[in-house]
This record gives sequence, C-alpha cells and structure tokens, in this order.
Amino acid sequence: MTLALRLTGLSKDFPVGKRLFGPPRAVVHAVQPVTLDVEEGETLGIVGESGCGKSTLARILVGLLQPTSGTIEIAGKPLDNADPAVFGRMIQYVFQDPISSLNPRKTIRQIMEAPLRHLHGMSADARSARIREIFAAVNLREEFLDRYPHEFSGGQAQRIGIARALAADARILILDEPVSALDVSVQAQVLNLLADLKTQFGLTYLFISHDLAVVEAVSDRVAVLYFGAVVEVGPAEQVFARPRHPYTRLLADSAPVVGRPLSAPEARETELPDPLNPPRGCAFRARCAHASALCGETAPALEQQPDGVWVACYHPLTGAG
Amino acid sequence: MSGFFRLLARNRLALAGLIVMGLVVLLALLTPLLPLADPDVTNTANRFKPPLSEGALLGTDHLGRDLLSRLMWGTRLSLAVGFAAAVIAATLGAAIGIIAGFYGGRTDNVIMRGVDMLMAFPYILLALAIVAALGPGLMNALIAVAAVNIPFFARNIRGITVGIAHKEFVDAARLSGMTDARIIATEVLPNVVPVIVIAMSTTVGWMILETAGLSFLGLGSQPPQADLGSMLGEARSALITNPHTSVVPGVMILIIVMAINLLGDGVRDALDPRLKSGALSRPMPTTLVDRSAPVPKPSDDGLLSITALETQFRVKDRVYRAVGGVDLHVEPGECLGIIGESGSGKSVTALSIMGLVASPPGVITGGAAYYRGDDLIGAPYEVLRSLRGRHVAYIFQDPLATLHPLYTVGDQLIEAVRAHHPTPRAEARVRAISLLKSVRIPNAEQRIDSYPHEMSGGMRQRVGIAMALANDPDIIIADEPTTALDVTVQAQILSLLNDLRRERGLAIIFITHDFGVVAQLCDRVAVMYAGRIVEGGPTDTILNAPAHPYTSRLMACVPELGQGRRVLAAIPGLPPAVDNLPTGCAFADRCHKVQPACRTADIPLSGPSDGNRVRCIFPMTASSEASA
Amino acid sequence: MAGYILKRLVSAIPVLLGISVIVFVIMAMIPGDPATAILGSYATPENVEKLNRDLGLDKPMVQRYFIWLGNMLQGDFGRSFSLNRAVLDEVMERFGATLILAGTSFVLCSILGIAAGVVSAARQYGFADKAITFAVLLGISIPSFFLGMMMILIFAVQLRWFPVSGMWPIYGARDLSALISHLTLPALALAVVATGVIARLSRSAMLEVLRQDFIRTARAKGVHERSVIWRHALRAAMVSIIPVLGVQAGFVLSGAVYIEMVFQWPGVGRMLVDAILKRDILLVQGGVVFVAACYVLFNIAVDVAQSLLDPRIKT
Repeated sequence: MTLALRLTGLSKDFPVGKRLFGPPRAVVHAVQPVTLDVEEGETLGIVGESGCGKSTLARILVGLLQPTSGTIEIAGKPLDNADPAVFGRMIQYVFQDPISSLNPRKTIRQIMEAPLRHLHGMSADARSARIREIFAAVNLREEFLDRYPHEFSGGQAQRIGIARALAADARILILDEPVSALDVSVQAQVLNLLADLKTQFGLTYLFISHDLAVVEAVSDRVAVLYFGAVVEVGPAEQVFARPRHPYTRLLADSAPVVGRPLSAPEARETELPDPLNPPRGCAFRARCAHASALCGETAPALEQQPDGVWVACYHPLTGAG
Repeated sequence: MSGFFRLLARNRLALAGLIVMGLVVLLALLTPLLPLADPDVTNTANRFKPPLSEGALLGTDHLGRDLLSRLMWGTRLSLAVGFAAAVIAATLGAAIGIIAGFYGGRTDNVIMRGVDMLMAFPYILLALAIVAALGPGLMNALIAVAAVNIPFFARNIRGITVGIAHKEFVDAARLSGMTDARIIATEVLPNVVPVIVIAMSTTVGWMILETAGLSFLGLGSQPPQADLGSMLGEARSALITNPHTSVVPGVMILIIVMAINLLGDGVRDALDPRLKSGALSRPMPTTLVDRSAPVPKPSDDGLLSITALETQFRVKDRVYRAVGGVDLHVEPGECLGIIGESGSGKSVTALSIMGLVASPPGVITGGAAYYRGDDLIGAPYEVLRSLRGRHVAYIFQDPLATLHPLYTVGDQLIEAVRAHHPTPRAEARVRAISLLKSVRIPNAEQRIDSYPHEMSGGMRQRVGIAMALANDPDIIIADEPTTALDVTVQAQILSLLNDLRRERGLAIIFITHDFGVVAQLCDRVAVMYAGRIVEGGPTDTILNAPAHPYTSRLMACVPELGQGRRVLAAIPGLPPAVDNLPTGCAFADRCHKVQPACRTADIPLSGPSDGNRVRCIFPMTASSEASA
Repeated sequence: MAGYILKRLVSAIPVLLGISVIVFVIMAMIPGDPATAILGSYATPENVEKLNRDLGLDKPMVQRYFIWLGNMLQGDFGRSFSLNRAVLDEVMERFGATLILAGTSFVLCSILGIAAGVVSAARQYGFADKAITFAVLLGISIPSFFLGMMMILIFAVQLRWFPVSGMWPIYGARDLSALISHLTLPALALAVVATGVIARLSRSAMLEVLRQDFIRTARAKGVHERSVIWRHALRAAMVSIIPVLGVQAGFVLSGAVYIEMVFQWPGVGRMLVDAILKRDILLVQGGVVFVAACYVLFNIAVDVAQSLLDPRIKT
C-alpha cells in the first residue's frame, strides 16, 4: 500500500471584514486542521452539510486556495507552493456545475487542449492523438470537439469536464459534487463511468458530496465533516450502518429511506454554530444527547477506535445500532 | 456572428436605426466629395437667408454661411469626435475594470476607490475643470468627455469581470496551467467583449450629445470651424428672429442620437443571452389559457381533480409541451406524491392548477382542474385570486428566494391573512404569531420581526409553511420544499408537514424527485416522464412492484443508504426534448424492453382506477422484474 | 441609524480630500502662470512676481495644496478677479439658484420616471408600454439645450404662456408665482432626459423583479395584483432604482449647466462657463469643489435612504 495523498494539519482561515490596511475584523476557521491519508487507488468519500468546509478543503488540495497551515504530500513528495500549474500535473479537479466549468466561448477542442499544451507542452499531433484516446475512454464522440459547451446536456458536459481532468494526466482526481447538478437517471451513468476510469487508469479519488447514499455507493472509506473538522473516518460500509459519532448517526437517521417510517431525529430546530463566534469545545455539543461537561472544554481529537474507525468524540457510540 | 446580425435585422426599430445611421455616416464620409459651398466663407450680405433659398437649400446663418454645407461638415466632425470619445473611454475603462475585477483584493480596492472619487463629481464639473485647465477647443472637449466616462465603463466592466473571474472555468484554466495574462486574454476577455460592445453602443449617443454640449457652451470647437453643438450655440442669439438656424443643427443631433440609441438597443438585445430566449418578459397575474378542444367534464367528485391538463411553453417558433395531458385527483386529507426528473413537467402541472405558470411563455392549452366541481383553468382573475392561498396554498422550493427580502416574515404572514380576511393589523399579528408557533418556530414573538435573511434555511421554510397555513386551506401544493435543504433539516420539515396534515386533515400534493421522501410521506404517487404520468397508484404498490420500466429502472439507478458500495444500473440516454417528442412511448429509446409497437401510437394510461395504472403495453411483471 | 449616518459621513472625508486633490491637480496643469492670466499680458514682471507671492504660487506644489485646503476649510475660497468678489459668496448665491432649478427637476424626473417605468413594466408590450418606450427614446435622444430652445420658441415666444428667460421678472414682485412661471420651462427641459433614463431603468428593474420567485409567492397567497406591483415588486425594484437616482442627480446637476445658458438662469453652471472663458481659475476651482462636495453629501443621503429600504445592508 502506498500513500497517494497525505494531508497534515491542513487548515484554512478566511478573514472577515477586510480593511484596506491592517488586520481584518474577524477570522472564520473554514477548515480546522485536517490530517488525512489517502491510499493509492482508493476512493475517499467526504460528506458534510452545507457550510462544513468540504469545498474549501477541495480547493486547497488543488492549489486554488493557499492553506493557512499544514502540508500536502503527493506520493511522498511535499508540495510547498500553491501554484495550480504544479498541482495540475498531479492532482485535478472535477467541478460541480458542468456547464459553468466550461468557457462558453471556446470549443471543446480548445478546452481539451489547454492542459496538454500548458502542462505538458505537447505538439499539435500528440495533442490530437491524446484527445482522441481520452474521448474514447469517456465515451464521447469526436465530432463533439468542434462544438461549444451550450450544445451539451449536463451529463455530456460533465463527461467533458472529466475528460479535461484526465488530459492533465494526474493520478488523483478531486470530484467536488460531480453529480449533484445532474438528474438521477444521468447521475448513475456518470458514477459508473468514474468507476470504470478509475480501474482503467489506476486513479485515486476524493469524492465530495452531501448525498450520503451516493458517497456510500462509490467510496472505500468515508470522512464525515462537521463545522470544518473531520469527526469520523471509516470504511464506507460501516460509517452509516454503524455510526460512531453522534453527528454521523444523526445524518444517517435523517436520510429518507424507502421502508423506514418518517421520523425527525431532532424535533427542535437546530442551527449550525456561528462561524464568527465558534463554541468552545466540541462544535456538535449543543445538538448532542450525549454531551458532557468535558465536551464543553476542549474539542475532542480524532482518535482510532479498537475496530479501526477514527472518531473525534469523547463519548463515541458503541456501533451496535 | 451571422446569428447576431439575423437577430439585429429581426428587430425592425434597430434596423431603421441602422439604415438611418448608415446614411448619415455615408453622407459624412462623402462630404468632402460633394459639391458644397465652403462652410467657413462668410458673406454678410446673404445673412439669415430662409431655407429653400436659391443657392442655399437650408438657408444661411448669421454670417451668411451656407447652412447645408456647415451641417454636413459639422455632422462629420460631431460623429468623429463622439465615436473617438466612446472608443477611448471604452478601451481605457474596460482595461481598468478588467484588471481591478480579475485581480481583486488590494489592487481592486485601490483602483475602485480612485474610480469612486472620479464618480463623486457630477460629471460635467470634471469635464469643465479639464477644459478649464486645457483651454477651450474640440480636442480638449474630446479628452474631457472621454475622461469623465472612463469611470462608468471601469465600474461596469469590473462588475462583469468579478463574476467571470469566479466562474469555475477560470479555475479550470488555472489547473490547466495557464498564466494570469493568458487567462485574461483567452478566458475573461472573450466573455467581456459583448458587454463592452453593449456599453459602447448604448453610450455613443450620449458621448455625441456631451461633446455637442461642450461646443454649445463655447468650450468645444472654436470658430470658424463648426460642429453641430457650436452651430446651435452660435444660433442661440438669433433663436427668436431666425429659428431655422437653430432647428437645422438641433434636428440633426436628434436624428443621429435617436438612430444610435435604436441601434444600440438592438445590439444589446441581440447580444444579451437572456433576451434571446425572451426571458425578460414579466409573468402575468395568471397563466394564459388557450383551450381549443372542448373542456372535459369532471370525471369524479374528489376535492381536486385534474383532467387532461396540457401546458406548453411557446418560445419564438418552438413549442415545448411541458405537460402533455395529465390526470390527477386528490381526496381530502390525502397526500399525493408527484415524482419525476427535472423537465418531466411535475412543477408545471402543479403551478398550472392555480394559473401560476409564468406566462409568457407558458400557455395552458387544454384540460381542466376542478376544485370542488368548479373549473379553475380559465377562471377569471378575481375568482382565482380569491381561491389562491385561501383554499389552495403553495409551498415552494428555495425559501430564500420565495420570501420577499425586504419585508419581515411577520409582515408577509399578516399580508397572507389579510389578503382574504379583512382583519385589523393587531389581530392579524396575533394570528401570525400563532401560525409561527404551529410550525414550531421557537420564540415566535421575537422571530416575527425578523427578515428572511436573518433566518436559517430550515426556519425560512417553516415560515413558508406557516404562510401556506394562514387561511386554513384544503390543499397544499408543495413544490420540492426540501430540495434546497440539508438532510438533517429536511427530516425536520418532512415530519412537520406530516404532523400538520394529520392534525388538520390537509390534502397535500408533494412534488419531489426523491423516492425515499415519497415512501415516507405519500399515500399515492404519480410518476411523470416527458410531461405525462407514466405510472400512478398507491405508494406501496409502486415502490414494491413498479410496473413501468421507467419507474423500475429509475429506482434501480438511485443509490439508497444502507446498501453499501455497489454498481448502479444506469439508464442509457437522455430524456427526450419536450419540443420534439417521439410518437408512442417517450421512454422507448431508453427502454430495454422496447418493441416496435411501442413507437406506433399513443399509449393510454391503463389499469384499475383505484389500483396501479401504467402507461405501458409491456409492463414489468414479477418475473421480468427479477431478471432486470 | 445615527451611527450609520455618522459612519458614512466619516467615510466621505477621504472622498472629499480626493476631490480636492483631483481639482488641484487638474488646475495645476494649466499652462502658463495664472498671475499673467489675471493681470493680462501687459503686466510688469514685478507685478506678476508680487501677485505670485501673494497667491503663494512660488511655493512647492504640495505645500500650495495644503495652504489652499487650509484656506478652504476656514471658508476662504479666494477672490474672483473677474467679479472682484469673494468666491464663496458668489458660489453660494449662484448655487442657490441652481438648487431651485435642479431640485425641482430631480423631484419631477424621479416621480415621473418611476411611475412611467412601473406602468410600462406592468403593461409590457401593451399600448401604454409602447407609448412610454417611444417617449423615453425621444427624451433620451434630444439634447436638453435644443429642447430648451424649442420650448422657448413655442411656449414663450409663440404661445406666451411663460417668460422667455431669467429667474425673476425684471420689474415686479419676486414672489412664488413669479418664480414658478420662470421655473416651469427650464425645469421641464432639464427633467426630460433624466426622466427617460429613470423610466428605462425602472422598467427593466421591475421586469427583473417581477420574474422573481417571491412575486409568485405573493400571487400564490392571493395578494391582489395592484398590491403585487406597487407593494411587492416596486419595493424590491427600488433597491436598484435608488442608486440610479443618485447618479441621475449628478446628471441633472450637469444638465443644469446647459439649461442655465439657454434660459439665462443665474446659476452656478453659467457662472462656471463664464469663469472658464474669462480664465478666472479661482472661481472655477472654488465652484467645482463646492458643488462636488454638496453632491457627495447628497449621495450619503441616497445611501442612507437605501439602508432604510433594504434591511440586508448592515447599518
């Protein structure tokens, strides 16, 4: 087993209320220090609700955002400068909105050629051969190359987005909600394509989504994010079937499932903590039935449980239910 | 590009502007070649000759100069100066705007503060100050007009650039290894150019007016040279005695500027993608109804029964058959689910009932919707209005967009109460608070004075539900009310809706794309595909033994929590476009069981009226389902 | 609210300083030296030098700026050589006349423009919409100075309904009715362009708002259409109309320069044009800074109005 990606203490703060000079008025910790390993050939699912920092984390990983602290290592080599051109050859990104990730005024060929030209400096002949190869792999017809993005449906556009990411020849793909904008019947096509490509090219995926069922269906391991921090990491088949963190349990119980009667796991209206005024200790404490005095003092660290699952909780659930 | 000219030519006013402008420009270009008198030669013996005099078609001015000749030369000058000012202002302004917008941060901050400072002047003061410094003269007037317009362009283009710089394709370009300069040149600029062209075409007329204005004040072109403005300025002293000397240049300015404005509007309409689809139409108070076929009689006596409903969108010469003949009925206290993918017509069906489909482009072209025996389709506006919210209420998808951002939730609830029951405000407020309590909003007495943006998504949707309950309706139509919400909040909202319906005996039409939600909430369900119901019946039956291949395969391709890692059975292909539906079954092209018979004729919805009805001639059976 | 107003006033200080710098820099670009311009080309070198010293023109630029700024803050805008009068006195008196003209026009064009825009949007593609759209096109295409001249010709010379020019009758009482009859034509001529622009923007703002989801919500509640248009849609549209009103106030003030020339209105615009032609630099400088400062204050009022309308603006 070799590590494809290692994140150590990666965090991101956003200043709020910037001034022309001097320090900002406040700081939001969008991503609390995250430490994660991703093995080669693995699909790591990252789930969380809106505002949990999952997209920020993804953008740091491809160098579109500079982390506030922490390091990224790809295949054992640290990356210290946030230059997307350096990142681009090793790690690529598939965007949520397939249409807006394609420049409306460029043909698909121009879009596909950009990474080949600027990252790999290929000649025109080599480029067109490579594009042909990739298009065959994602089941797109070559005549699409001379069309413009608006002529494609969401599913086709997302295939083009995936093809572009493949063209950079990176081994790691960050998939940021790659199917959320697609209709359910098209969603499955794209998910299956991603699975095929993974085996064909030996890729490693970070699959980010708010949809628990989709993440469970495609991932080897799943990391659950809450309020900018990882609260649980474990094998996909276990995380939702036998949740250890109370928040994961809440997520799993809230998902509508055929055959399960309707119930509100939380009767009262609860809201995410205020990012400008984060609570002391565990961020989930106010919503948690198991919270104790300890939870209000310091935030629990992510620790490995006897069964191999990592949980950030002083009172992890037993995993029986 | 050819599409652009076609669009421009289709706009008759713009075409008229183009022709007039073309003529004026042509004449201005030809002026030196035409047999005209010298515009600057004075002949005081011939002063103030009226128009149509011999040797002076438009008469002469106070120095006896030929007005026609001066008009032609003046037009030439005014056009040149106006266009030059527009090009200079647009180029510099756009460059500043793109740099500020693309780099953002401190660069943006410093540049935009400078721009704000220039815009803090009433523009003519700045122009006057510049002319005062440089001295009167046409060139200096041009510089002044261009300079005062740069901030307007810069601010406009910056706004557009910020939007583009945050688009995902710019991130993608970065990840493709492109440098900032290349991204500006090949990703940002091509998307900004149409905006620059629009801004220029709508301001050229203004620039011509401005330079003419400075000349009118005597600060632009200096005698004897004349542009249209200075001709008007010189003629002012003889306005009362010899008005023709004023009218001639004034009318010319009017013609030029009007032609440019017409043309500019045409250019804007042709380049703005939103206008292409006719999107800037405002929806009318009720949907247009244009039923050619006879109105069907009520088929049963349910609370609400929809029969053969057809709704179309007519955009340009295309007809999108969004709803192609839908039958539904709802009993009191019942929850009916409508499930389908986007574009299946489920929302349009729901909105058609109360005439809330945006129109134009929506038109209800057939069918009926009987509420307690009265047809709502085509009912007069006042009848529909009195039923909306009182008997049939709606809950919409995105609670931030569906609440008015500038009124407190209390104001909006009070309005809902008073729209149908004229009650004193204080009384309505008490009712509003009790409504908020009934949807379990904590601290309702304080929350009532909150604005929507001060609440979380779940809270806002509770307000949306409270508003729907305001007049104790019989039916609530909920159009994907939880799609925009997080999963934990969705669970709360669904259970609230379920409790309310049991407490109050509400009928609910619940529109969703999620089988899990339908399974938990609905008594009966209708599955829609390409504008029609393909299967309908009791929820349990359909979820356990779907009869239509579409239902069965759709359920198979949606992952469900708790089933672990698996390969999904995808449906190949795409839903058909509703402006070009095939004959027969719309699902035929994607169906694994398709037979030639599926494509020959319309397939009816068949089956027992109280059981599972399906629009398929080869429905799934228990055995075929097992093999699928 | 008071805190917000104070905050906006404080934030206006750098803008006002910026304005003074811009004006100072532009005026410093004038070729030749002002003393010669003031004294004429026959002045003796000694006199020129003395005047230069009196005006502080022998000192470095930055120092001169701060002297000028300091004087202005004490209310000393210098002395106009062409009128032989304190600049501030002249500017204040003239600005009063301009305010009457431009203020009336601004009120007219705001009310007419918004009303026309709302009606136009509510009756999109109907007769009223077409008529208003055409009138607006005519309005924004006609030069206001030409329109003013034609109005004089028709309403003052031909029909004799209104006086030809000026602010007050030469003989007779300076009362309100005299002012109104003198004001009507110039105020209308000045309002036309801005009315057109405001009507256009109001129409498109209304069309934009009428497509929003919350309008559909209001209709689904059973709110009457009249209330949907004037209460729901117009209020939301005002969020984008109010900033336009602020910009248009600047255009009305600018257009006043032409109208004052045409109607011989004794306003600050005519004063500035005369001063430029006479190269009375101190008068130009003082007039521009004073009017621009007033406009900055007006725009603060616009921002405050906006914050009263829109609760999403943090006050």
